[in-house]
Amino acid sequence: MKPETKAVDIDRNVGDFHYKIDYARDAGRGLSEKTVHFISEVKEDPDWVREFRLRGLKTFLEKPLPTHWASKDLETIDFDKIRYYLAPGTTAKRNWEEVPEDIKRTFERLGIPEQERKFLAGVEAQFDSEAVYSNIKKAVGEQGVIFVGSTEGLKKHPEIFRKWFGKVIPIGDNKFSALNSAVFSGGSFIYVPPGVKVKHPLQAYFRINAESFGQFERTLIIADEGSEVTYMEGCTAPKFETATLHSAVVELVALKGAKIQYITVQNWSSNVFNLVTKRGLAHDDAEIKWIDCNIGSRLTMKYPGVVLKGRKSRGEVLSIALANNGQHQDTGAKMIHAADETTSNIISKSISIGTGRATYRGLVHVPKHLKNCKNNTECDALLINATSRTDTYPAITVRGTGNAVQHEASVSQVSAEQIFYMQQRGLTEAQAMSLSVNGFVNDLVRQFPMEYSVELKRLIELEMEGSVG
Amino acid sequence: MNELRVDNLHVTIGDQQIVRGLSLAVPPGEVHAIMGPNGSGKSTLAKVVAGHPDYHVTKGKITMDGADILGMEADERARKGLFLAFQYPSEIPGVTIANFLRAALQARLPEGEELEATDYYAKLYEKMELLGMDRSFTSRSVNEGFSGGEKKRTEILQLAMLQPKYAILDETDSGLDIDALKVVARGVNMMRGPGLGILLITHYQRLLNYIVPDHVHVMVAGRIVRSGGKELALELEERGYDWARESAGEMAVTR
Repeated sequence: MKPETKAVDIDRNVGDFHYKIDYARDAGRGLSEKTVHFISEVKEDPDWVREFRLRGLKTFLEKPLPTHWASKDLETIDFDKIRYYLAPGTTAKRNWEEVPEDIKRTFERLGIPEQERKFLAGVEAQFDSEAVYSNIKKAVGEQGVIFVGSTEGLKKHPEIFRKWFGKVIPIGDNKFSALNSAVFSGGSFIYVPPGVKVKHPLQAYFRINAESFGQFERTLIIADEGSEVTYMEGCTAPKFETATLHSAVVELVALKGAKIQYITVQNWSSNVFNLVTKRGLAHDDAEIKWIDCNIGSRLTMKYPGVVLKGRKSRGEVLSIALANNGQHQDTGAKMIHAADETTSNIISKSISIGTGRATYRGLVHVPKHLKNCKNNTECDALLINATSRTDTYPAITVRGTGNAVQHEASVSQVSAEQIFYMQQRGLTEAQAMSLSVNGFVNDLVRQFPMEYSVELKRLIELEMEGSVG
Repeated sequence: MNELRVDNLHVTIGDQQIVRGLSLAVPPGEVHAIMGPNGSGKSTLAKVVAGHPDYHVTKGKITMDGADILGMEADERARKGLFLAFQYPSEIPGVTIANFLRAALQARLPEGEELEATDYYAKLYEKMELLGMDRSFTSRSVNEGFSGGEKKRTEILQLAMLQPKYAILDETDSGLDIDALKVVARGVNMMRGPGLGILLITHYQRLLNYIVPDHVHVMVAGRIVRSGGKELALELEERGYDWARESAGEMAVTR
């Protein structure tokens, strides 16, 4: 047997495999000023970025863990054991042929180059800390669309980058946004010029390969006036015994009349702590829509938000969370209304299987002086087993007259009778379960782009197969 | 031997004995009706034969064409050719009738083989037409918000699409007005033939005016106390279940 095949562990889970890689750039374990300087050196950061990182580190060390309201599980993260920066020491390539063989194989197994050929306008593939591949279709690039990694973005386009970077989500927003600010690497920088409508989605794929690793990508998307863009991200990691940390920061800026749609289908292995801060800023008549599908991970804490800063701006969060045995999906949405005639819509569906726990946490804020603002919130939970758990914590503050808010919540359970009924028609228990779950999310999934709804359906089937006898 | 066969079946749920030594054989091509008062164990029999996990078979055998099916899961029995039309069909929110039946048919194909979509829809529309169902029905979620009649009609549609060897119809007439009853009966009659054995469970004789059985069995207190031809149903209608109880002897008195 060749050594290169020996290092591969294959499980039936799509993302559960990893290759042995030589990392030329390794910041070692633990986090200190030295770590931050190491990253800044390797990445050849401008001074302002190095200072930004150091401020992030200081804030991170000062802030307590948010365990008072969420989950004690966060306390089990050992920040001294984590590796904060790992890269093979090559730059992002423009074509797959130049990507190092082992890394290319990883993405081929995940089907990324194939999807790129089929339906994407551009792809960025991140492997641990750095992008290894980044390419945009020629026609899209010629329209002036910029789609590069964050490192390249801040160096080549400082005039746009610096204006918005860290403005939607300040360093001190929370402990993990501070951590990301200190050690961020990778993620995408996108700029869409005025009036340009990018027809096909731009995609980023985030792959964790190394054990005890922390991935801290930083994404900034700016849609200039009247432009439109859809961004999709996927992510996987192999299943390790030790904890892996994924802590991204994503900032979206939709200028006047622009539309941004941001789609996430995560499929983390069950050792990943996924603590992500995502927020968009919508100017006049702009629209920001988050489609967020959370499958896998040990603990996910993620509440995509929209700050509705401009008159008549719209914000939307459509989310699906699937909490399997031993997993906790603590997800939701934040809608901050800050102008008249703003509307927001939140639809959240969660599924809890076995001992899985799904928590919906929502924040809707409409201050007193605003007029004609609307919010609609729906959250539905589906419980598969008697041991499954769901909690809902909606925090809705709507003041003033002439603002409308609507909130609906439901909890349902897949009953034994329902499963028996389906089994009597010839479906196995797992097929019956996955059909029920797909039915539960069906009206939401219909709003997703075709390719992603197919992917999601497949992931749900895999999860249900694994959870039944 | 080709038949759906129940031998000396004893069934409990919890510590309650419901079926107490029941035997029955339904060969393909025949319609057998089981009549009985409430609580006689008719629906339990239907569920046990179909493999409902809540019931415990303490004694006896159930075979299909000679094969013991007691050790099989409900879905395996179904794929082998057993169908149960439920008295209270479950709702499956978000799953359309078209998708549900497609999944059920797909489950019967060997691995790697895909159901041919155009043939499937052609067959589905044909059966729906025969049952007087509008095509728009296919995009409605299974049984969700259906009237009693729509639910029962959907059960018969599934029967027609899945083409089992043996079908148990559990109180298919309950909750139906006379027009709906006629439609459902017509659907069942259309499927009668040498390839299908039917076990018809009913409380009332009324259904048997429309689906005329070859044999009638009277079930009281977990056992069959009397069997005969179709005229037995009429006799029962005239004399009432007390007559059947009396003839069943003292063990029925407690019921």
